[in-house]
Amino acid sequence: MLLIDCPHCGPRDENEFRYGGQAGIAYPERPAELTDDEWAGYVFRRDNPKGWFHERWFHAHGCRVWLTVERHTVTHEIRKPR
Amino acid sequence: MTHPDFLWRDPDPKPSYDVVIVGGGGHGLATAYYLAANHGLTNVAVLEKGWLAGGNMARNTTIIRSNYLWDESAAIYEHSLKLWEGLSEELDYDLMFSQRGVLNLAHSLGDVREGRRRVNANRLNGVDAEWLDADEVRKFCPIVNVSSSARHPVLGATLQRRGGIAKHDHVAWALARKADAYGIDLIQGCEVTGFDIEGGRVRAVRTSRGRIAAGKVALASAGHTSVLAERAGIPLPLQSHPLQALVSELLEPVLDCVVMSNAVHVYVSQAHKGELVMGAGIDAYNSYGQRGAFHVIEAQMAAALELFPIFSRVRVLRTWAGIVDVSPDASPIIGRTPVEGLYVNAGWGTGGFKATPGSGWVYAHTIAHDEPHPLAVPFALERFTTGALIDEHGAAAVAH
Ligand SMILES: Cc1cc2nc3c(=O)[nH]c(=O)nc-3n(C[C@H](O)[C@H](O)[C@H](O)COP(=O)(O)OP(=O)(O)OC[C@H]3O[C@@H](n4cnc5c(N)ncnc54)[C@H](O)[C@@H]3O)c2cc1C
Ligand SMILES: [Zn+2]
Repeated sequence: MLLIDCPHCGPRDENEFRYGGQAGIAYPERPAELTDDEWAGYVFRRDNPKGWFHERWFHAHGCRVWLTVERHTVTHEIRKPR
Repeated sequence: MTHPDFLWRDPDPKPSYDVVIVGGGGHGLATAYYLAANHGLTNVAVLEKGWLAGGNMARNTTIIRSNYLWDESAAIYEHSLKLWEGLSEELDYDLMFSQRGVLNLAHSLGDVREGRRRVNANRLNGVDAEWLDADEVRKFCPIVNVSSSARHPVLGATLQRRGGIAKHDHVAWALARKADAYGIDLIQGCEVTGFDIEGGRVRAVRTSRGRIAAGKVALASAGHTSVLAERAGIPLPLQSHPLQALVSELLEPVLDCVVMSNAVHVYVSQAHKGELVMGAGIDAYNSYGQRGAFHVIEAQMAAALELFPIFSRVRVLRTWAGIVDVSPDASPIIGRTPVEGLYVNAGWGTGGFKATPGSGWVYAHTIAHDEPHPLAVPFALERFTTGALIDEHGAAAVAH
């Protein structure tokens, strides 16, 4: 089990959190101008790196705040969450 | 004592092949076999970074069924099931394919409605399917707890009698032996690290054992497909997750069918040797680490014990994980890519073992003709742009 250091609550077990996938996915600025392929990218395509990954975790059974965590997808090492 | 005969050669890579398949799991091996058997293509290599079938092919829980909801899925999985029914004979190898029946339990009114709908959809597609009420479930599988006071009461189940299990290693070995006999090179310890692409067409693969020229390159790399496709400049809608399973110590025969429960995320069968084989859902996060968290196993065991109180003293022998490539609609991605001569077959996620022969069959056709096999057409990458998704989360939600 991962130990995620919540900036509000301190280090907590992974199963207090919900996973939210890749971080930094913003809603398109001009949605009306997007091509179908750009929509496919926004809706369906996410990075899937073997290595460091910025991802979202929701502290569901804690402060109920969304965090961005940098985690390595092979070693599962976590850098200080924000 | 002498070593038994080797089932395939251990060749060095040639400088060039008509077709290079990346990944020596079940799908890569089946694709190689059908390229030769159905299309006469034998100047083919399967490149495997580890040893043959040491990835998900070695780690899956071998459930085979074809009772998927939508027409497109029913067609491809049923094609696969029909191939399974003749495969031991065709490959001249006992695959221990056992059509012992697969139960999918319903625990809520929503499950019941979904299950009945699926039975009707299956029948319309010529897939055998039955609806059992709780008492019929008890008769079919007496050790399931159907008491109405259970934490997860069993309200009924779908049953596919033609579903079952097979011995995954035998499947890999049988396919490898046949492919090798056709002259196909199965090259282990050969990691593909990149592609030579000129004028929008793939010319060669770069590997840990040097450059290998290729007329066509076919990805069959399961959990690592995103990593490879990225090196060819192709972003794919896939996420890699650990998927765990476990076996118990060996027991006397006690369970003669496969029992799955989407709602509580567990499924159980008893392998030929006697161990209970159980699987759960994926670990939530992206990972290439081939291991998962123990709390997932714990939750899965809690659910299993609710369904099968008789297993309360069974000991776990070992647990493990594979890395599965999950697509947004829980359906595979099969076909051409924006790079000419480069093909993809991925996104089988938690349920591709059952598709091994069917996937190889349609992928070999797609590669040989540079034209998707009719059963593969709906599974093209373009569906994420057109929106024509094949949402099988209902049929594929739990890992299997
Ligand atoms: C725990 C678990 C339980 C499962 N249970 C079931 C089930 O009950 N029923 C079912 O239908 N499905 C099940 N599955 C899913 C099924 O195992 C997979 O969908 C299927 O095995 C994927 O196809 P494959 O056999 O070709 O994959 P793999 O065996 O993973 O083959 C891919 C190969 O590609 C190789 N590779 C990757 N990158 C490179 C590279 N750069 N160069 C060279 N080679 C490379 C890998 O080493 C690997 O050997 C389960 C999976 C897991 C993990
Ligand atoms: Zn918190």
